[in-house]
Amino acid sequence: MDDILTIENVGLTYQSAAHETEALRDISLRVKEGEFVAIVGPSGCGKTTVLSLAAGLLKPTAGSIRLGGKEITGTSGEVGYMLQSDNLFAWRTILQNVTLGLEVQKKNTPENIEYAKQLLQKYGLGDFIKAHPRQLSGGMRQRAALIRTLAFRPKLLLLDEPFSALDFQTRLSVCDDVYAIIREEKKTALLVTHDISEAVSLADRIVVLSARPATVKRIYTLDIDRPTPLKRREDPAFSGWFDKVWKEVGA
Amino acid sequence: MKKPCTPRALYLRKKRNGKIKVLCLQVAVLAVFLGAWEFLTQVRLVDAFFVSSPSRILIKLGQLFRQDFMPHIGITLLECILGFVISTIAGFLAAVALWWSDTLRRVLDPYIVVLNSLPKIALGPIIIIWVGAGMKSIIMMTFLICIVVTVISMLQSFLACDKNKVFLMQSMGASKLQIFYKLVLPNAVPELISVLKINIGLAWVGTIMGEYIMSSAGLGHLIIYGGQVFQIDLVMASIVVLCVLAGLMYFLIARLEKFFRKRRGGSLQ
Ligand SMILES: Nc1ncnc2c1ncn2[C@@H]1O[C@H](COP(=O)(O)OP(=O)(O)OP(=O)(O)O)[C@@H](O)[C@H]1O
Ligand SMILES: [Mg+2]
Repeated sequence: MDDILTIENVGLTYQSAAHETEALRDISLRVKEGEFVAIVGPSGCGKTTVLSLAAGLLKPTAGSIRLGGKEITGTSGEVGYMLQSDNLFAWRTILQNVTLGLEVQKKNTPENIEYAKQLLQKYGLGDFIKAHPRQLSGGMRQRAALIRTLAFRPKLLLLDEPFSALDFQTRLSVCDDVYAIIREEKKTALLVTHDISEAVSLADRIVVLSARPATVKRIYTLDIDRPTPLKRREDPAFSGWFDKVWKEVGA
Repeated sequence: MKKPCTPRALYLRKKRNGKIKVLCLQVAVLAVFLGAWEFLTQVRLVDAFFVSSPSRILIKLGQLFRQDFMPHIGITLLECILGFVISTIAGFLAAVALWWSDTLRRVLDPYIVVLNSLPKIALGPIIIIWVGAGMKSIIMMTFLICIVVTVISMLQSFLACDKNKVFLMQSMGASKLQIFYKLVLPNAVPELISVLKINIGLAWVGTIMGEYIMSSAGLGHLIIYGGQVFQIDLVMASIVVLCVLAGLMYFLIARLEKFFRKRRGGSLQ
């Protein structure tokens, strides 16, 4: 299948008044259509930086990044970014939040709004279309945030520790929900997390980054064939994978 | 009559009773204050010539309204509203410009700081020389007093916008204009309303001060004049009218706040 995202020999150095920080060095990575790729690595190594590059929020100082074959030159609206906090706008209703991307991209046609509504219905937020974010639980808000990124049909989803603000119980179930939604809608996703069990339970492949400046240490292709993250966690192979990745991150 | 005893009904009743209680106490405070004032002057424990009294103020108000009070009120109100509206709009536009351009913000920052700490009343003579004494100069004074605070607080509220939300919009491909009116502006609404509340107070300060130093009409002029000729009743009557007007304008802004609160499903944030 085709590559959605191609990162080739990318380096990124942050400049600031006090010093320069080399965050990424010679990173190469491909994400194929329909794939779920997780990036793990020690904290502060440059995981978020990789996503910012893929979103076009930053320009690489070396190498090249292509999205669907085209060089990324800036933000294009072709990726959906989901962050740790849901970042729902308190003054908008859930439907208005979910259609934000459509509005911004002037694609808020009746059909597209209908699609957003259907997503909300399908994933259990149908009764909350007119509610405001504060009336929803943390897990529901995170689901709404995901639907917001899906509504404008981005080529690629970028997820930056999307579950880390949730408590453990909610995290497991929202993780299941999000995984189901992404699979069901046949989306390609690049997930950043420092929670290795999360990566192992979700991803097709896991990219382990080294400490700063981040390089690709190793890429694992997982073979746990289970339908949901929770089921994966129960699989005998799970702990084996966990140990491998964990050792690699720590090494 | 049926008495609903659900927890909800009890809660609502308790809440309404609480409201009524507060309102009663508020009225009582005013009544006690006015009553004591009237009583002390009636029994001549204090001299009504120096402190006036509620009844004398009422009589004076009656007199004034039969004479030429309305034009004075009208002028002051007009000066205050114009000063308030012009400074709010100009301040808003300036804050938007400063939010938009980092360079502009950095260049103007020290000037804004200095202007902010300058007592604007010091500019009174210059204003008189430049625009002459009268309504224009008073609006100018009001404008000067309001504008700097407006710009600073509004800019502050724009800059306080969560960076992650800005990233989110950028990643969707939003333009700077879209980021402003879909995110930064609605996000700042609660602060903008507080700015309006502060500004309306400042606009009154500017108007009355302006009238003190350079006017021959308006409530501020009447207060100064009343003080000079030792007519405390006139001073007090003018102050009462001022209180009512200021209260009304504050009330209008509170309505605006309520409107936004309602539109946002019960909370401003
Ligand atoms: N705008 C910036 N300017 C300068 N340095 C930065 C900037 N953003 C990030 N850095 C630095 O680059 C490095 C990588 O940052 P990044 O946020 O990508 O790491 P991360 O792996 O996502 O960290 P975390 O695990 O804490 O989320 C860090 O050392 C950080 O201090
Ligand atoms: Mg990060």
